[in-house]
Amino acid sequence: MLGRRGTLKFLAVPAFAWLVLFFFVPLVLIAVFSLREGSGVVAPDAPWSPSLEQYGEVLGTPAFMRLLGVSVLMALVIAGCATLLAFPVAYFLTFRAGSRAPLYLTLLLVPFAVSYLLRVMAWKLMLGPEGGINSGLLALGLTDEPIGLLLYSRPAVIITLVYVWVPFATLPIYAAMQRIDRAHLEAAADLGAPPWARFWRVTVPLTLPGAIATFFMVFIPTVGEYVTPSLVGGSDGIMYGNIIQGFFTRSANWPVGSAMAMIMLALTLSVVIVGVRLGGLRRLTA
Amino acid sequence: MTARRAPIGVGRTPIPLRALYLGILALLYLPILILFVFSFNAGTTLSFPLSGFTLDWYAAVVGNAPLLNAARNSLVVAVGSASAATLIGCLVAVAVLRFDFRGRRLLLAMAGLPLVVPFVVMGVAFFLLFVALDLPRSLLTVAVGHSVIAIPYATLIVLARLGGLDPALEDAAMDLGATYPATLRRVVLPLMGPSLLSAWLTCFIVSFDEIALAIFLVGGDPTFPVFLYGQLRFAQRLPILLAMAVLLMVGTVALTLIALHLRGRDR
Repeated sequence: MLGRRGTLKFLAVPAFAWLVLFFFVPLVLIAVFSLREGSGVVAPDAPWSPSLEQYGEVLGTPAFMRLLGVSVLMALVIAGCATLLAFPVAYFLTFRAGSRAPLYLTLLLVPFAVSYLLRVMAWKLMLGPEGGINSGLLALGLTDEPIGLLLYSRPAVIITLVYVWVPFATLPIYAAMQRIDRAHLEAAADLGAPPWARFWRVTVPLTLPGAIATFFMVFIPTVGEYVTPSLVGGSDGIMYGNIIQGFFTRSANWPVGSAMAMIMLALTLSVVIVGVRLGGLRRLTA
Repeated sequence: MTARRAPIGVGRTPIPLRALYLGILALLYLPILILFVFSFNAGTTLSFPLSGFTLDWYAAVVGNAPLLNAARNSLVVAVGSASAATLIGCLVAVAVLRFDFRGRRLLLAMAGLPLVVPFVVMGVAFFLLFVALDLPRSLLTVAVGHSVIAIPYATLIVLARLGGLDPALEDAAMDLGATYPATLRRVVLPLMGPSLLSAWLTCFIVSFDEIALAIFLVGGDPTFPVFLYGQLRFAQRLPILLAMAVLLMVGTVALTLIALHLRGRDR
């Protein structure tokens, strides 16, 4: 007869095995490949000795470093905008929508179920020279020729990504606001706090962990984006992720690509550690 | 006499909240509406004014073998990866909530960590893993990759449900002579049913729509998003893609509503 302890290994061992083989080992492999010399396609079993050559090359190429800085900045702007837009929406759902909140929340999430690529493409249709916005402006006689700046630029990438992330960004903030005990707000009111003080000194501090979680949950996937920039960014709108992807496809150079991926991983993990310290992500990982 | 105080949380705010919500909602639905309208438009160029109503694009979907094949591939990958991720998520949840063992926190952290690694990095990682294993890239490699990025979602959903179940139910079953595996199968599993389906559907949607990882892992036989990505540069094929997109949209929205409904019932 199988007791409780005996069952544990049938639960934990397969889960550990899957995660080690398909999550931990692959990340270690990037580190291994990033320490190899040479360039191009590398045979995994060829003899080699560790070297920091690739890191020297990445860190010594100003264009790469500038692109990394721009990508981090874009991700900060996108995560910031998405969080700032999601906050009032979550506030509305929690404190104003009443019994219809579940319906309003569902309405917000339905677009998230529509293919990511197609939502991006829809923006392309709207922003393009023959797109919705320009057609509208032309039809109204507000402009004589299409405005070209709307598509294939960094702002286009930022607008598109904020659009893609806002519904998702609402969820952690909404969850945090729902957990606020109304008694705290009533106590503040009884003690004479006006509405703005109740908002800034009760609601905001209690919602902050959710807002921080939102910020990082948008920042992390965004900083490594390469699909959206390739669709709406054009050659001026590419991000650090596009270069990494390029080194594993068109211009194959696995060691340098691996070093770039390691730098991105290290950067993201340090951002996550800061996030955990701030208290935002602790609920997710512990 | 004190002034009558408005109920807490009701009052004027500097931001018109309802208008902001409705504005964001309109912005969210406008592009989708545009996709929908152009899937019925007779012309091939996606510009206004519209050039007449047609169902030709929908008819063309049925005859477009590569398109249907790509959609079928995504279905296979999503079913496989969602099943694997839900299974792993369950194993992690039961192990972590019902047992105290060395490595408990590590297991939980590892199940959550894929959420904090950018997809481009995971893509490189899997690419190198399958090179090192000398495994040619295929739908199988995409499914393995998707299972890993879906595990955090499955684990969180199942954990939330299992955390709300009274462990005394399991103790009772075992006091009555059931083995622990039998208890899991006949007591815990039925109680977890809706959350398992909700976790599975969430993972399915994550996989079906995923492209950034799939681009690194797909072989010659593309998934639907990868196929779509390749076709986007051919303007004249766009209307057929839109028609397919609308059909998929209806399917995905139905699945999402079911998943949300099930999760809502769990609370």
